[in-house]
Amino acid sequence: MKPPPRAPDLARKLLAQPLTECVACVREGGALPSDLVSAAFDRADDVGAGRESLNIFLATDRVRATESAKELTALIGRAEAPGNLAGAPVAVKDNIATLHMPTTCGSKVLEGYVSPYEATVVRRLRANGAVIIGKTNMDEFAMGSSTENSAYGPTRNPVDIRRVPGGSSGGSAAAVAAGIVRLALGSETGGSVRQPASFCGIVGVKPTYGRVSRYGLVAFGSSLDQVGVLGRSVEDTAIGLEVIAGCDQLDSTSADVPVPRYELEKNARLDGLVIGKPKEYYPEGLDPRVAERCERALDAFRELGAEVRDVSLPHTSYSIPVYYVVAPAEASSNLARFDGVRYGLRVASESGLTGMYEATRARGFGPEVTRRVMLGTYVLSAGYYDAYYKKAQSVRTLIAQDFRDVFLSGVDVLFTPTTPTPAFELGAVKDPYEMYLSDIFTASANLAGVPAISVPIGTASGLPIGGQIIAGHFEESAMFRAAFGLERALAGKALPGEGSA
Amino acid sequence: MSAAATADYEMVVGLEVHVQLKTRTKAFCACSADFGAPPNTNVCPVCLALPGALPVLNRHAVELALRAALALECKVNETSVFARKNYFYPDLPKGYQISQYDRPLAEKGWLTIGELDEHTPVRVGITRVHMEEDAGKSVHDRYPGATAIDLNRAGVPLIEIVSEPDMRSAAEAGAYLRLLKQILSYAGVSDVSMEEGSLRVDANVSARIRGTTKLGTKTEVKNMNSFSAVERALDSEFARQVELLRGGGTVQQQTMLWHGTKGETRPSRSKEESHDYRYFPEPDLPPLVLDMEWVGRVGREIPELPDARRKRMAEEFKLSAADAELLTASAGMSEYFEAVARASLDPKAALNWVMGEVSAAINAAGVTIDQFAVRPADLGELLRMVRDDVLSHTAAKRVFARMVETGKPPAQVAAEEGLQKIGDDSALVGWIDEVLRENPAEATRYRNGETKLQGVLVGLVMKKSKGRADPRKVNQLLPERARS
Ligand SMILES: [Zn+2]
Repeated sequence: MKPPPRAPDLARKLLAQPLTECVACVREGGALPSDLVSAAFDRADDVGAGRESLNIFLATDRVRATESAKELTALIGRAEAPGNLAGAPVAVKDNIATLHMPTTCGSKVLEGYVSPYEATVVRRLRANGAVIIGKTNMDEFAMGSSTENSAYGPTRNPVDIRRVPGGSSGGSAAAVAAGIVRLALGSETGGSVRQPASFCGIVGVKPTYGRVSRYGLVAFGSSLDQVGVLGRSVEDTAIGLEVIAGCDQLDSTSADVPVPRYELEKNARLDGLVIGKPKEYYPEGLDPRVAERCERALDAFRELGAEVRDVSLPHTSYSIPVYYVVAPAEASSNLARFDGVRYGLRVASESGLTGMYEATRARGFGPEVTRRVMLGTYVLSAGYYDAYYKKAQSVRTLIAQDFRDVFLSGVDVLFTPTTPTPAFELGAVKDPYEMYLSDIFTASANLAGVPAISVPIGTASGLPIGGQIIAGHFEESAMFRAAFGLERALAGKALPGEGSA
Repeated sequence: MSAAATADYEMVVGLEVHVQLKTRTKAFCACSADFGAPPNTNVCPVCLALPGALPVLNRHAVELALRAALALECKVNETSVFARKNYFYPDLPKGYQISQYDRPLAEKGWLTIGELDEHTPVRVGITRVHMEEDAGKSVHDRYPGATAIDLNRAGVPLIEIVSEPDMRSAAEAGAYLRLLKQILSYAGVSDVSMEEGSLRVDANVSARIRGTTKLGTKTEVKNMNSFSAVERALDSEFARQVELLRGGGTVQQQTMLWHGTKGETRPSRSKEESHDYRYFPEPDLPPLVLDMEWVGRVGREIPELPDARRKRMAEEFKLSAADAELLTASAGMSEYFEAVARASLDPKAALNWVMGEVSAAINAAGVTIDQFAVRPADLGELLRMVRDDVLSHTAAKRVFARMVETGKPPAQVAAEEGLQKIGDDSALVGWIDEVLRENPAEATRYRNGETKLQGVLVGLVMKKSKGRADPRKVNQLLPERARS
């Protein structure tokens, strides 16, 4: 007879198991939440999550995480419901307000700033038994696609430490990919969850705009921002989204739409599902490795009984230009509050109030943030507003209309590559505009407000490649159904010469 | 500059009035909107603009703004849009003010001034009524070398009421402001107090040669702290512009500040007029889409407005036009009068008392009619006691004075002070006999037929009784006591 596993060993194993199994074990008293917390911190040490190596976290709080784990144990002891994430260690992107740990947004301007209140999504995580272990690194104010724009140094990709994890939710993606947590929160404005998920070989979900409360998410582009979920599997992210989704009185843009249970049937076929393949997302110059993996994914869909249909979203090419007008415009206004008056960095100046503003913001913001604030200020200025901001907003409605039309035509979901290339090396992309093109396949979903998910569809030279499934407004169920089917169909279907990611 | 010197020019005025709405909480968070709390105590993540906080619109603020718009005969827009007005200032925590820009709450209203004067009535157009939030307060003189910021006021709901340039004199501007204040106060929209900052006025003024129709270049005049300051500032700024134009100069479009002590306007040193506010639709708030049925209900529930009340009261209580206007100058006063008139069943006495004793008493105490110790029902009872001969007029005034001090009902005060009329014959006979004895000369002349002395003698009896004697009975008893 085998001796029962030692608790820490069990916890370490559980951390590598699907969330449902991990949570079930905790609820039945088979594992202690505090052991899971220890396992997560041990794993972080093992993989080198620290500053000198992967640089995943901007803050961790082992003491408090252990305390909340013990409170959960007491709850379970009293037979009270500990929630759907009972005992699960979770990492939270550093632009989401948490008590106790700083919320810096990866910026010097908020160095050491601790929020006196907590974001709605964090409260919902805690209410469902999640244990927050740390705040993850990110591009400053979520502006970037590589996490190289963090004021606290770049995060590295656990798959290949010479490469970027993507961004801006690079720390959250790396935390999941490195096996430290099963689930992490990120945020999206133009692809900041899906793109790093793709680069790190994990799953990343951007919900419908309004599906998740933004209260406590530090605003970048308010009309585009959504909190997203990163996880090891489609099922994990569906569980995570279920927990954080739902209308919130504190966010007037959150939608009063019921959140369904995302039922994922094992071995379910996709008969009758119509998958659109928008030609604009498969351009001539697409990286052949990416194109090939996408074709393989489309074949897998067909094998599951789905119909693949060629479709067109004619305004796709405008999404990057429109995005880089709308997002910086809103950012220029959203970031005005970082003025040195009430919190965060203040740099004194000899030249009075204006001098203080200028010195604080010049030292507090990095170059990419400064660039976008200036860009946003410019496009909102008198004389330019109509030509840029107003024009961009009207093109944005055309982009949204493309999606409405295609979904009205009988297409259930769209399938596209998540990014044009796999993860690039640190420092490889120097031209800001070239960096902006990382979001070329993801930004449209933010502009249109529709939900989208990135799932791993294989690797190239060991580097993960992600495929994107986009659904109509509040149709996350269809999105998850397709993603779940694809994930299962591709499991164990590695191409010759392809390593397991 | 004399009036004659400006006679061939005409003043053109439009006013922008900011009014604080009388809500319990702020426009976009649940903080108290009250004045007077210690600095930075009525604050929360939203009105402090902490990272990640979001605004949520206060429904009551919308209701009061609608009331104002409807009371000013505006057309309410079913959909209006909040916009961000971006500028940096330490007491503006978000770095932008949530306001409304190209799609305001309501437009195209009007009010009519001068209806009761001998002037022809002037109809002033209301361009728009929009909602916005207040900023905080910068305190420059509290800490040497530093500015203190109090954010209690940040996020308090305001409406801005913009008029058309329809006024042609400072007096018309003054009349517009007084009527506007009256309407907003009647409608229960605001406390409309310039002293407390719940009403602020900026004026746009230009000059043109009489008879021409093209508008001249306007300046914006700010920093007036009373309606009369607005009138003086307008006259002064108009005179300055006319002098410039006469000398062949041109008026520059700029912001002028009123310096009350110097009695003149001076260009503002701030570069405010060159501000580019970079307005754009507020992405944190969806467009405000109103249920027009609700708007209709809000309109129907607006309390009676001054014009209607004036007409109704004049008719119902048989008041002269002048009295009706005086009484309805403030909503509180007219409500007080009406309650007294109904309780006393004697509108004429109510009018005299409210305009006389009551006005004097609240002025002396420095309180508003709402804070006045004597409730209208009690004053009504007092007047009834006079009418029913329970109290003499003199005694009633003394009872009233005690009521002002104590807030007690009149019957209780009269009893405590022993001021109820004494109609008991033996007491009256005693006082009358004493008066006749003490004034033998007058008594004799009276007995010999000088009946005009009756009043003098009755007065002396009243005096002896300290006002408690019932004068009607003294009048009856006097002839027979004199003969005996
Ligand atoms: Zn507040």
